Amino acid sequence: MSGSFPFSSYLVLAVFALAAGLTIAGALIAALTRRIIRGVSGLMIACIGLAGLYYFLNSPFLALMEILIYVGAVCVTIVFGVMLSEPDEPPRAGTRRAAGLWAAGALAISAAIFWGVSFLSLRGNWVAPAGRVSDGSIRAIGVGLLTTYSMAFELISLVLLVAILGALVIARSGRAKV
Amino acid sequence: MNPLQLPNQPGVYFVLAAFLLAAGIFGFIRRRTLIGMLIAGELMFSAASLNLMTVNRFFAPDPTVGQIFVLFIMGLAAAEVAIALSIIIAVYRNYRSIHSEDLSDLNG
Repeated sequence: MSGSFPFSSYLVLAVFALAAGLTIAGALIAALTRRIIRGVSGLMIACIGLAGLYYFLNSPFLALMEILIYVGAVCVTIVFGVMLSEPDEPPRAGTRRAAGLWAAGALAISAAIFWGVSFLSLRGNWVAPAGRVSDGSIRAIGVGLLTTYSMAFELISLVLLVAILGALVIARSGRAKV
Repeated sequence: MNPLQLPNQPGVYFVLAAFLLAAGIFGFIRRRTLIGMLIAGELMFSAASLNLMTVNRFFAPDPTVGQIFVLFIMGLAAAEVAIALSIIIAVYRNYRSIHSEDLSDLNG
């Protein structure tokens, strides 16, 4: 990555820090805000940061797919859901003390999970492979999808078809009653 | 450790994935609307994808397998969002509310 361009390694580090910071900031916005539409925007920011991280993990194809599917499809669908239902969380019904206890409990659980998962994955005895079978390019992904994983590929298309039909049926029932 | 080598260390990605999972679980407990919980669930999906891609990049002999798995995860997440949003809209038509505390009746 150290080309002839001056300070190129610092630039790479800056772009990596931008991607990681976008992911963290988006996840924090999505988890902490009260308005749902801000939560969706936080999810979009986190997905753009994740696309940058995928690029650093040697997979530009997945970076493209992350932006296309998550930012372009999933988040826009959630925005439609927000439009068809209601946009805000109500103020909490219980006392302030109960709300504080609830938040402290959630924070303790998620901090414990964060510490446990990162401890286990950092202390894990990971072994680097002796050699690479393929190069992980888009061509190799296409060949893998059409040979080794063709059954799973077809099943995914079936799942998507059933999901679309089911979503239509569920969202249509009850429309006549209102 | 040289900070310039940070993008090539697997530990950074592992900690980021753990942070995404923790943020998703925090949001899942804390949010009080169904759409907020759905967003938190998407964060957890992203954590799993990032973890798979990290192992795929650094420790897998065949780097295409993890990418294909993450593509399948994205497809399943899209299907899940479509189903969940249609259920949420149906619930909103019946209850006039998507707050998880209001949805306390079962009706067959």
